[in-house]
Formats: sequence, structure tokens, C-alpha cells
Amino acid sequence: MVEIASPIAPIRRSVSYDPVIIALLGLAALLCFAKPILPDFLIRVPEAWVPPLANWLDTFFEFIKGDLDTGRPGLIHLTRWFAEGPLAFLLGVTANLLEGKHRWPFFDPLPWSTVAAVAAVIGYYLGGWRLALLGGGTFVWTALVGQWKIAMQTLSVLAVAAPLAFLIGLTLGIMAWKWGWFERMIKPVLAILQTIPFFTYLLPAVIFFKVGPTAGAIATTIYAIPPMVLMTTLGLKKVAPEIIEAGKMSGCTRLQMLFRVFIPSARTEILVGVNQVIMLCLAMVVLTAFIGMPGLGGKLLAMMNSFKLGRSFEIGVTIVLVAITLDRMSKAWVVKLPVHHERGTPWHIRHKYLVMAVAAFVFFLLLSQFVDILDKVGRKQSLSMGREIDTVIKGALAIDAVKSVTETIRYVLNVWVLIPFRNALLWIPTPAFILVVVAFAWGFGGKRPALFATAFFTTVAFSGWWDRSVITLYSVISAVILSVMIGVPLGILASRSKTWATRILLVCDTAQTFPSFIYLLPAIMLFGVSDVTVVLSIVIFTTVPLTRYTIEGLRNVPAEMTEAADMSGATRRQKLLNVQLPMALPTMAVGFNQAIMFAFFMVIIAAFIGTQDLGQELQRTLAGTDLGKNFVLGMNVALMALTFDLTLMSWAGKKNKMLGLSAR
Amino acid sequence: MSTQTPVIRCRNVWKLFGANPEQYLKTMPAGRSYEDIHADGYIAGVKDVSVDVGRGEMLVIMGLSGSGKSTLVRCFSRLHDITGGTIEVEGQDVMALSEKELIELRRSKMGMVFQSFGLLPHRTVLDNVAFPLEMRGQNRHDRRERALEVIKLVGLEGREDYFPRELSGGQQQRVGIARSLAIEPDIWFLDEPFSALDPLIRREMQDEFLRLQEMLGKTIVFITHDFDEALRLADRIAIMKNGAIEQCDTPDQIVLKPRTPYVRKFTEEIEKSRVVHAGVLAKPINGTAVEGDPVAGDLTIHQLARQLVGDTRDNLPVAGKDGALIGVLNRQTALDVLLGDG
Ligand SMILES: Nc1ncnc2c1ncn2[C@@H]1O[C@H](COP(=O)(O)OP(=O)(O)O)[C@@H](O)[C@H]1O
Ligand SMILES: [Mg+2]
Repeated sequence: MVEIASPIAPIRRSVSYDPVIIALLGLAALLCFAKPILPDFLIRVPEAWVPPLANWLDTFFEFIKGDLDTGRPGLIHLTRWFAEGPLAFLLGVTANLLEGKHRWPFFDPLPWSTVAAVAAVIGYYLGGWRLALLGGGTFVWTALVGQWKIAMQTLSVLAVAAPLAFLIGLTLGIMAWKWGWFERMIKPVLAILQTIPFFTYLLPAVIFFKVGPTAGAIATTIYAIPPMVLMTTLGLKKVAPEIIEAGKMSGCTRLQMLFRVFIPSARTEILVGVNQVIMLCLAMVVLTAFIGMPGLGGKLLAMMNSFKLGRSFEIGVTIVLVAITLDRMSKAWVVKLPVHHERGTPWHIRHKYLVMAVAAFVFFLLLSQFVDILDKVGRKQSLSMGREIDTVIKGALAIDAVKSVTETIRYVLNVWVLIPFRNALLWIPTPAFILVVVAFAWGFGGKRPALFATAFFTTVAFSGWWDRSVITLYSVISAVILSVMIGVPLGILASRSKTWATRILLVCDTAQTFPSFIYLLPAIMLFGVSDVTVVLSIVIFTTVPLTRYTIEGLRNVPAEMTEAADMSGATRRQKLLNVQLPMALPTMAVGFNQAIMFAFFMVIIAAFIGTQDLGQELQRTLAGTDLGKNFVLGMNVALMALTFDLTLMSWAGKKNKMLGLSAR
Repeated sequence: MSTQTPVIRCRNVWKLFGANPEQYLKTMPAGRSYEDIHADGYIAGVKDVSVDVGRGEMLVIMGLSGSGKSTLVRCFSRLHDITGGTIEVEGQDVMALSEKELIELRRSKMGMVFQSFGLLPHRTVLDNVAFPLEMRGQNRHDRRERALEVIKLVGLEGREDYFPRELSGGQQQRVGIARSLAIEPDIWFLDEPFSALDPLIRREMQDEFLRLQEMLGKTIVFITHDFDEALRLADRIAIMKNGAIEQCDTPDQIVLKPRTPYVRKFTEEIEKSRVVHAGVLAKPINGTAVEGDPVAGDLTIHQLARQLVGDTRDNLPVAGKDGALIGVLNRQTALDVLLGDG
């Protein structure tokens, strides 16, 4: 096994016995042992030392905000103008067309059957019968279960936010590609934007853009911009040099180059960006429920709060169907390539899909004038079985066997694992905690991540929210550990057979398109509203990327390596432990990192179930105007998340380089 | 070749790649070799090149991969800004052109064909060919008319509505050629246009290309790394190595009188009799007694082989195109070339 052992050996050795780590951990242990005799300021940063950052930020925001009542100049005049002018107009138009809101152009809402028919034609155009069925079916289901109105409320915001995010992302992406300094400046900003909790966007959106759809649309838009920027820049950079030269030799001006050569040639990446924009927008627009936006998310939140499991389940299905439809269709669009028509093909054949869509639209529009059920499905007519499902679920959960299982899990987790773990973390003196985190960052990531970890966690310590940050971290860590225990074995098992690997990957990919809010549902169903539910919803959410990347990592181990192991007579187990897992580890680390990022995201959302962490406080700020506090809380989440991100990505990068694999 | 001002006139042109090439070239001591420059952290893409391209001439640039062929041609069309020297196209200093003038020059005078075609994937054949016309703002009808004309010229009739990925490599390159001809350029650049194609198709495309050239009579700069291709097409060949032109001459001269060891090595494998023409080998008559029927000066020695072997004369008269005598061919010299010891 000489030839395969050599590249793998360094992995094991690289982490251990670094004197710096020993020193850091030793010091941390010392602080813990000496806790009884430590002065108070070494256990927690005293209140008096906490700089009034929130107040400073408040003053600062107040300054740039300006005042509408007194007319003091500031940003708010601009943002409110935008919110009440163009944005409100656009939202009004989509809301009128889709749900019949009383806005210009004052039409009746589109009959549901027309929307479903056009969706089916679009699906057929993009991906044949299967997508037609998916597209049409989703809307038929939505109408029949009586969720048409709330679904259209959600989609009418999406229909404005997604194009807006696309345009802004595209513009910023072009700028980043054009000017290196701009790219260098915007990259870290985007990284931070993606780790700040969504709730931190919501409050400023509400303050600057007015409560209601406008604020929801803005927060959603901003959250969806980063991937569009990155994909645009990537696509433009990849345009082949000869295509660029051909454009120049054809005498293109700069603008012609950009619009006729670069952007069309970067089509694939830009469309992948569009897919990501749409999916992120959907995930976020559902979350605007927390600032009282009506729609699928709002309804789901209300139903979950009143523990109506049947209706929650139905809404969950709708959201999932909408997500899958949007994802599959936009992905089909990415790979859809134009095909020529023979000479002399008549116009209506060349544009047969357009003709079909218009025909279907007109047909159902007329038909629905006479057949009411094709226009609106009333409350009484809907096939919703919310109550029945509710009874079934609650009945099933009340069965003694089921109940004893869930109760046991809850009890064991709570009493033996979660609570002791949480108390232990809270018991550790702040400086010792920071030292351990820095040791972790040093050991895995190296010097740079360690420096950032020091700065970031010290900032958190001095933010005045240490305990809540630790509780947040506790939920994240315990959930991720649990999901590692589920996801990694699942991935290993699945990757034993090709067909299973493909199947599970498909499931994971599909599950990753679901809006995060959905993941709360099964946890709440099983465990009601409790501490365990928070952790378990994170577990479900984070198991997906872990499984996915485990399979990916194992699948991409070069065949020569596994064959070499086979030839050296390794057992399956030896092969797994000595060859496959070490080679797959960097990829798995990416999955692990994604799991942690997802966990930070979820823990904040799940806070409405009732936690004592940062999310709880964050949600509380949504009701007020405490911008400063809102930002400090969001910043704490972002700083902790970034520490993990920097450390793990640096580790994965180093390992990939060492193993001679390309970075993913 | 003509005696008028050359179409492209290029003097002591340098193109260096690296951190600060202008500054480096200014302070560089004369006579630094390619390797010296490389050691200083720069790559000499084009190294002190002076060459002219006459009107209607076909100059073939050849050399190994990385010898700077593409870079030199991209300097002609100012896809690259040169580091030193001057390039004049139709008497205009290209480096002095404003962006607008440069675009105008490319829109009206230059066409270029690329090795991997450089077609726009989202446009049909017709729209790809019409692209340069569209860029200069020609109306849709004229554009279409002209594009169809060149598509027919390159033999792609009936494929106007196809997308590039629906075509074979040879067909794609025909689209590239049609596009470069759409604006009726005076100067035609072709950067290894056939090297991405299969040998059989390549041969076919070369014939096609010769047909086009005969018909259009353009000034051409043609890049290849294939010597046979160069010999087949060229009026003159420029052989490049490490950014510099080793020798620029007619094919006959290159094989008969290689100026550097590198060129000699390059030409060693070539069957000279297929390259050298009787007219080139002919000496001035200067009182030599000649008799009998003259041989045609534009035939290669290889084509005259049968006659040369069978003939009994020591010296054969050689006639030019118009039938007038242009010199005498020493039979022994010609036979030496034929047998490869010339
Ligand atoms: N944009 C560039 N930046 C740096 N080096 C380049 C660039 N373009 C070409 N070169 C270098 O210049 C040399 C000549 O390249 P090129 O003209 O493409 O060769 P050829 O066409 O003869 O194969 C090569 O060594 C190549 O690496
Ligand atoms: Mg080249």
C-alpha cells in the first residue's frame, strides 16, 4: 500500500501537536480550572466595559436616515420616494394582475386556470411533458386546495423582487468584471452580506422602505443579489479569447462588445445566476412573514403558531411544489439551446410555443367567464383536507408507541445532551472560550483564520450579548454534530452503490431548493413547540448538504486510488478509512461548512419557537425601530459564522492542494 | 509583388509581455537574446520584427507553436498594442489611431479568421456572418443580402439558419471565413484557420481557400505551423522563432538558400523539387548557347522531372508566362535538386 499511503499520511499528522495549539488550549484549561478564583472581568466582560455600540450605530443611522416629519435631509427621502413611487407601482401591477388587489391597471385577477395553462405551456417548451405536468400541476393543486390568493400574494412580490435582484446583480457583476478594484472591494462585502441573518435586513428595509410589500421586496432583493454578481463575473471572465477578438475585429464599439458579445456568450452562467436569484427570492419572500407580510409564508407561520398541522402541511406542500417548479424550469432554461427551423417554416410553427401559450390563455380566460370554478375556487369548494390531515397527524402522534419514541428522544436529548452541553458552554469563562475557538481556527485554518477568529470573537465578547451568542453557537454546534452523525453515515452508505448515490443526490438537490422555512414543519409536527424542535429543525436542514457532499467527495475519489487499494488487498473497511475518506475529506469539509452556515441561518429563524439566543432578540427588534441593536445582533451572528467559514474553507483549500485535487 | 507602398509596413516591432514592458524595453541594452529577456521576467512575443506585406500578396507566417505568429498578426490589427517600433497599415500608423479610427479601420478594411472559429454561439450562421455589417449599422435588408452572398461563396447555402453547434468543424470554419469576408476587407488575416480540422477536410479547405483567393485577390497574412500548407499557399514565407523572423523569402529561396541553421533544419525534410520552380533556378542567358523548345518557368523541377531525365541538352531555355525567354536552366543543377543533393 506504499503508493496510496504516501499522499494520505500527511492529513493525519498536520493537525496535531502544534505547540501554539497546545499553548492556547492549555491556557484555556488553566482559566477553566481557576474559575473559582478568577476575578469577575475574566469570566465575563463587565457591563461597564461594553461600548455602547448600539447607541453609536443608532446615532449614525439616524444621521444618514434623515427625517420625514421635520424634513431633515437624509437617505430616507430617497428610499421612501423609491418605495412609494416606482416600487409600489410595480408591486401594485403584479398584485393587481395576480391577486386582484385594487391597483392600476384595475383588472380582475387572472383566473387560476389561465395561469396554470400558461405555466404548463412554458414547462412544455422548456422541458417537455414532465415539466408541463409539474408546472400545470403545481398551480392546479394550489387552486384546488384553496391557497390561490396567498400563493399569488407571494408570487406577486417575487415577480418584482427577482427581476430587480437580477438587474442589480448583473450590473454589479459587470462592474466587478470591468474593474478589478471594484471586484476586490465587493467580494468581502458579498461574503458578509451572505452571513448576516435575514432578520437584520428586514428591520432597515421596514424603516427605510415602509412596512408592507415594499419592505419585503427590498429585503428579498438584497438577499438575492450576491450569487447573481458572482455568477455574472464568472461568466464574463470565461468568454473565449477568440470570441472577444472576433468581436473586436468585427468593429464592435465597447457597448456593442458588452451587449452583443460578452453577455450573450456568458449566457449559461448568467442563467445559473437567475436560477439562484429565483430560489433565494422564494426562500426569503416566505420569511417576510416575520414582518407581517401576507402570503404563503405568513399563512404558514400563523398555522404553525396555532399548531394547525394539517393546514401547515398543505401550505408546506404548496411551497415545495412552487419551489421545485421554479427550480426545474429555470434549470431547464439554462440548458435549453436554440434549434434552427427549416427554410420557409411558417411563422406560427416557428413560434408555436408562443401561439400555444396565447391560445391556452385566451381559451381559459373565455371559459372561466362561464365556468366559475375555473376562475376562482371558493372556500367551500376547495378540496383542502386541512382538518382531516390534522386529525390524522395528531392521531398518529398520539399513538402510544409513537409518542413514547418522540418523548424519549426529546427527554434524552434535552436532559442528557443538550442542556448539559449548553450549561457547560455557558460556564466557560469568556477568554477561555475565545482561546478554544482560536486554537480551532489555528489548527485547521492556519494563521489568518486564527487572527480573524480572535478579532471576531473578541468583538462578540464586547458586544454585550455574549451569553446569547453562546446559546446560538450551542444550538448550531449540537445540531451540526447530530447531523454529521446522520448525514455522513448516510452518505457513505449511499455511495456504495451507484444507483443509490444518484438517487440520494437527487433527493438532496431537490431538498436544497426548498425554502428554509419549510424545514421547521416536520420538526414541529414531531416534537411540538420546544427546545428540541429548534435543534432538530436545524438537524434536518443541515443533514442535506452533509449527505450531499459526502457522496460527492466519495464519488470523486480517483479510480486509480481505490483500485490501488483493492490490489493491495485492502478490505472494504480499510479502503474506506485509509483511502476514500481521507481523499473525500476536503469536499466533505465544504459540506460541513455549508451545514454550519445553514445552521446559523436556521437557528435565527427557528427562534420564534422560543429560544434564548440572538435570534430571539433579533425577532424582538423587528417590532420596533432599534436599528442599532438589530445591527449589533446581526453582526454577532455574521462574525461567528465567518470565523467558521474562513477556517473551514482555508482547511479544505490547503488539503485539496496537498492531495493534488482541484478546489471545488 | 508590387512596387507601390506596402499595405502593411512594419519596422523594428517589439511586443513584450510582462509587468512593465515599455519601461523595460527603453532601458534594455541592445542585443539581449530571447533567453536574457526571459530571465528578466519578460516574454518576447514579437522581437524586433521588420517586414512588409505588398498589395495582393500572400505572406505566410510559420513557426513552431509559441514562436509568436499569432502575436505578430494581432499587432498588425492592433488587437495587441505594440511595445516598440512602428506598424503602418495603408500608410497609417496603427498605434496613432484613436479608438474610433481603429474601429473604422476594422469595419472597412480588415477581416480575420481564427483557429477555433470564434463564432458567437447564440447566433445563426446568417447572423454570425452579418455580425460585422450589423456592427457598422448597415440596414437589415442589405445585411442579409450581402451575408447570403458570402455564405454562397463559401458553399454553405441552405445552412443559413443553423446554429454553430449544429455544424461540423469544417462548416464552422466556413462560417468564420464568410464572416471575415462580409465587409469586403482589403486585408485578410487568417490565424491557423485549418489546423483544428481533420487532414482530409484541411486539404479540401485549402483548395477552397486558393479558389477564393484567386477570385478575390486580397492581401493576405496567413499563419500556419504546417510547412506543406505554407508551401502550397505562399507568395512569401516568414519563418519565426522565439518572436523573431529568421527568414522571409519566397518558398524557392527558403528551400534553396536557408539563411540560418534553424531554417535549414526546418527545410531539411522538404522535397525541394516540388517547391523550386524552373524560372527561379534559371541563370541569365549571357551568351550561353541554347537550342530547342523552352520549358515553362512556372513549373516546378518535379513537374519537369520526366523531361529533364530524358533530355540530352546541357542547358535548357526557360520561358516566362508570355513565352519570352527569361534564362537558361542547367540540366545538371536541376537534376541535383531533383535528386536531393542540390
Ligand atoms: N496575453 C499574453 N500574455 C503573456 N504572454 C503571452 C500572451 N499572449 C501570448 N503570450 C506568449 O507569447 C508567446 C507567443 O505566443 P503566440 O503568438 O500565441 O504563439 P504562436 O501563435 O506562434 O503559437 C508565447 O510564449 C505565449 O506564451
Ligand atoms: Mg497561435
